[in-house]
Parts: sequence; C-alpha cells; structure tokens
Amino acid sequence: MNGGPLSLRGPAGQNYLSTQISGDTMSDRIFGLVGLALAIFFAWAALQIEESFLSDEVGPKAFPLIIAGILGISSIFIALKPDADPEWPSLGRLVEILAAVVVMILYAEFLPIAGFVIATAVAAAYLTWRLGSPVLSSLLIGVLTSVGIYVVFHLLLGLSLARGPLGF
Amino acid sequence: MDVLANLGDGFAVAFTLQNLGLALLGCFLGTIMGALPGLGPSNGVAILIPLAFTLGLGPTPSLILLTSVYYGAMYGGRISSILLGIPGDEPAMMTVLDGHPMAKKGMAGEALSLSGIASFVGAFIATWGLILLAPQLVKIALLFGPAEYFALFALAFATLGGVSSTNQAKSAFAAMLGLGLAMIGVDTQTGVPRFTFGEVHLYDGLDFLVAIVGLFALSEVFIFLEHRHGDADASASELKVGRLTPPMSMIKQCTPTMLRTSILGFIAGVLPGAGASLGSFISYSMEKRLVDKEGTFGKGDPRGVAAPEAGNNAAAGGALVPMLALGVPGSGTTAVLLAVLLSLNITPGPLLFANNPDVVWGLIAALFIANFMLLALNIPMVGIFTRVLMVPPRILMPVVAMVSFVGIYGISGSSFDLLVMIGFGVMGWLLRKFDVPLVPIILGTLLGNTMENNLRRAITIDNGNWFTLFDSPLSLTLWAIAIIGFIMPLIVGRLVRAKMHERGDEEGSIAD
Repeated sequence: MNGGPLSLRGPAGQNYLSTQISGDTMSDRIFGLVGLALAIFFAWAALQIEESFLSDEVGPKAFPLIIAGILGISSIFIALKPDADPEWPSLGRLVEILAAVVVMILYAEFLPIAGFVIATAVAAAYLTWRLGSPVLSSLLIGVLTSVGIYVVFHLLLGLSLARGPLGF
Repeated sequence: MDVLANLGDGFAVAFTLQNLGLALLGCFLGTIMGALPGLGPSNGVAILIPLAFTLGLGPTPSLILLTSVYYGAMYGGRISSILLGIPGDEPAMMTVLDGHPMAKKGMAGEALSLSGIASFVGAFIATWGLILLAPQLVKIALLFGPAEYFALFALAFATLGGVSSTNQAKSAFAAMLGLGLAMIGVDTQTGVPRFTFGEVHLYDGLDFLVAIVGLFALSEVFIFLEHRHGDADASASELKVGRLTPPMSMIKQCTPTMLRTSILGFIAGVLPGAGASLGSFISYSMEKRLVDKEGTFGKGDPRGVAAPEAGNNAAAGGALVPMLALGVPGSGTTAVLLAVLLSLNITPGPLLFANNPDVVWGLIAALFIANFMLLALNIPMVGIFTRVLMVPPRILMPVVAMVSFVGIYGISGSSFDLLVMIGFGVMGWLLRKFDVPLVPIILGTLLGNTMENNLRRAITIDNGNWFTLFDSPLSLTLWAIAIIGFIMPLIVGRLVRAKMHERGDEEGSIAD
C-alpha cells in the first residue's frame, strides 16, 4: 500500500499497475527491530506487575508474556523477510504532518480554555488551509465548519461541547 | 413459526418514529460516507459511535443508526466507482471494472440504478441468511466452554488477515499490538494495575472508541495531508447521470447473476477472514467465468456491475452472523459494530439471543427497513449523492477531524483522551505506511480482556493444567482451523492477491 485511496490517482495513474517496486527494504528491517524492542519492553513491564496474594492459577502476568512472545517472533519475521519500502513522503510533507499533529495537540489543550467554537474554527481553518484552500477562504471555511458543528451537535442534538469564557 | 414470531416482535421494536428516523438518517449518512473516497464503512461508523453514545441513545436505537450507516456505506461505495472510476471504499473496488466503462458509454444512470437493485437483492438475501443461520450457530456456540472460546478468539485473529493478506507476520504483529493495548489498566481478576506506569488516567484502560476513531478516522486526515490532495476528483461535467431506470431486459439478464452472487457473497461474509471485499471479488470472478462467453466483462457488461454489488452487500450481511452469534467479528466494520455493542454493555454471542432478543430482532428488522429505505433513496435520489462527490477533501477532511474530536470529547470531556486519540492517529498513519493491517489492532483492543478471562477461567477450572486448552474435539477443531487459516494465505495468498489487485489500489490496512 502506498498510502490511502489516494494512491489510486497518483500521477499518471501508475499505481494502477500494482507491481511492487522492488528496492530497499530498510524500513521494514527497522520496523522489525523497533517491534522487537517493543516486545522486550512489554515483557519487562509484564514482569514488573506485582502479584497479588489472592491470584488465580494463571495470574496477571502470563497472558501479557504470551503476547510479548508472539509480538517478538512476528517482529523478527518482519525484520528477516522485509517487504519493499513504502513511499515515504518528502521532508516537507513530513513536516506538514508534524505541524498538523502539533496543531491538534494545541487544540486538545486549549479546547477547555478557549471554548469549542473558537478552538475549532482555528483548527479547521488551519487544516483546510494546509490542504490547499486560499488563506481568506480558509478562515471562512474554518468559521463555517465550527459554527455548523456547533449548531448541529449542540443546538439541535444537545451534545455538550466545551464551553469557553464567552459561553460557547 | 418461531422465527417469524421473533421477527414480528423485532418489527414492533423497530417501528417507532424515532427508530425509523434514525434508520433514515443512518442510510442517508452512510450512503454519503460510502460515496466519498477516503471515508468508508469502518471509519464512517467509527466517527458516529461516540456521537450515538453521547446523544444518550439506547442500545437498539444506536444499533439501528449505526447498522444503517454500515449498509448505506456498502450501497454508497458504488457511486464513485461508477462515475469516477475510483472506488468509494474497498469493497466497491470490483464495481469499477464494469461500472466505469458503462458510465463512459453514457449509461451511468442505468449502471447506478442497476447496482442499486443488485445491492438490494444481495442485502435482502443476506438478511434472510442471517435470520436462518445465526440461531443455528448459536446452538453450536452454546456448547462452548472457556477453552473453546479462547480457541475461537485465536481463530478470529489467525484468519483476520484474510486469504489475500500480504504479510502474515504483520497481521500477527497487529493482533498482538491490539491485545497488548487491551492489557493496559487494572487487572479485573486480581485488581493489580498493569502497564499503567503510574498514570492515573490509564487505570481504567484505554477506551477502545478512542483507539478506533484515532486509527480509522484521524489517520485518514494525515494521509490526505501527506499527499496534499485537497481538490475534488469530480467536476460537474463528469457527473451526468442520465436515465435512472434500467430497462427490464437488463434486469432480466442480470437476475440469475444477482441471485448466484448474493449466495456466494453471503457465504464469503460468514466465513472468517473473508469480508465484503473478498465477497465482491469472488462474485465477480465466478460470474466472469460462468457467463462471460463473449468477453464483454470489463467493457461495461451490466452483469459485471450487478455481480460485485450483490456480492459485497450480501457479504456485509453475512459478516454480521459470526459477530452476533459468536461475538467474534470477521471484518473491519463488524469489529467496529462490536465496539458499539460493548460500549453499550451488551455482550454479543449466544447469550445475546437469549437475554436481549429485542436487540437482536430489532436490529434484524432494522436491516430490512434500512434496505428498503436505501433502495428508495438510491434510485431516485442518486443525483444528490453524486453531488456530494464534488465536495473537495480540503473542506471535508477538517470536518472529519473536528467531528472525531467532538465525539471523543463528548464521551469523557477530557483532553487526555483527545491526546491519546491523536497518538492513535499518528500510529495509524505510520502503520498504514508499513502496510500493517489496522483491523486486528481494533479487534485486539476489543477482545483482549475477554480472551484473557476465558484463558484464565479455563485453566483455573482445570487446576492449572494448560493442556486443557486442547482437550476437547471442539477446541481441537477450532485450533486446526486457526492454524490452517493462518498458513493458507502464505501459500495461496500471492495468487489471490495478484488477481484481486490486477487493477486496484493497495489499500490493505483498512480493508473490510
């Protein structure tokens, strides 16, 4: 998979030919190693679980340890038999995603402070701007999105949304 | 007859003004979500769960709303397949093959209405199949003890990758990741905290709704950002629909095809690890082999439109059988529907039929109602849905993101859950890049605790003897199917996959 349904309409539609471009396999090897590290960490954390004195026959550690075991084995297989590398986005696109994540985190943090309508308008305007709307219409789309959701979900359906200092 | 009496009760439950309204709303929203590329049945239902939940709907109304969305999305996927040649969701992939050529020949309207009828036939037959088969499966399931249930869960995970799975190691990795995430929180049997690292928010465990919305909906937003694909694929000129009724001769020609593929699709849906995409794929291939004497398949043959649509809608109904009767979903969207049940404190499985017959039969009645509504909505109103295709993703995707936030915030009112959801969104994006399927992760987080409880109960009953897991013929059979199901894709998977993706996308992660 080269990322979402978009891969269908890649430039010149070359993705229709689903021949996998064979090439580097570095990504999967790293992925496998990270997975293995995760499995080891999970097993370690499972061993740290304090046994209670009124435990059942199996106890709280056994199942997590089984999970860690299979997680580790499948990670090793991924590292040993890697698939071809996915098409990684360019650095610019990667920064784009990171920036969106930061905006979303800020949104989550400021939602209870700024209130739903303001926070959502800002976040939606940012996202639509980054997806290619012109600046001015982004602001408009952001406000409309926010007010639209507020009207439908809060006023019509009665969902409680975060209240800001202005009462909405 | 027992079944008819039950069904009658079901209709009595479903025929309230509120439930009919919810079914209509669900059908409408579902069709739109199915039609829009980037939103499919699983993420469509995922976004709406928290909403149904926070709106304080009861179990039956919520289920009616969300299954209507599910069926609606299955109908809607075909619209962009036919008009734009881009599948609106994964199961509609095969509809592109003949639907788009038909549209190019100026027969878009016929293709849309014919596929609407085929969807109806498929879903209608599958709903009857569900009524007849589910109670039988319940009888078998009542014989299950904890050891058998443990084996059944193992079977579900082993086969979830499906016959077309690209990489079984990655499916296993995903399942274990999901199970591992389910372990976070206070152990229900001994009361000790596990994997919480002192974070109080984690004592209750991760809310699987947060995981689902993050993995399915938010990761889609990141994918669109990555490609900066903000403009609509459709322009008004492409969306000329034309005549909206297929000629009788066309329906007549397609009837045997629809009936055959409905049954085939239903079976594909019931079997573990198949799901709607495979249902439409084998339906299309079978029909091609059976009736394509003149080699017209792929060039706009109406039967090539009817076959996959009847197949995938029948499979969607079939996939509900194991989910309701055993509590073990076989596809992505039914996994999401399982999440709905669990968050409403309803445990699906054999006891559901005994304890909550109103939920089961109300749901089944709702499926019939939704099906008729969809047929009524889809044929005359298809023009409205085609216009939705002109909404560009640069507007749509922020709305998806914001509605996801609203839903999750509505449940808990905590910023912590929103942060966890963003984390899952990033994880979902990354895993999709690596072609790791997301459905086993969801299923793992959903079933992890039940699976562990069954394991511990089985072994405790047998005084700590682990071999009790392989003790009965029933559990041995389940283990055998699990092992075969896991290994088979390694052998035949390459073949099936190559055919399925001869022309199609590589969207494997949220495949249904």
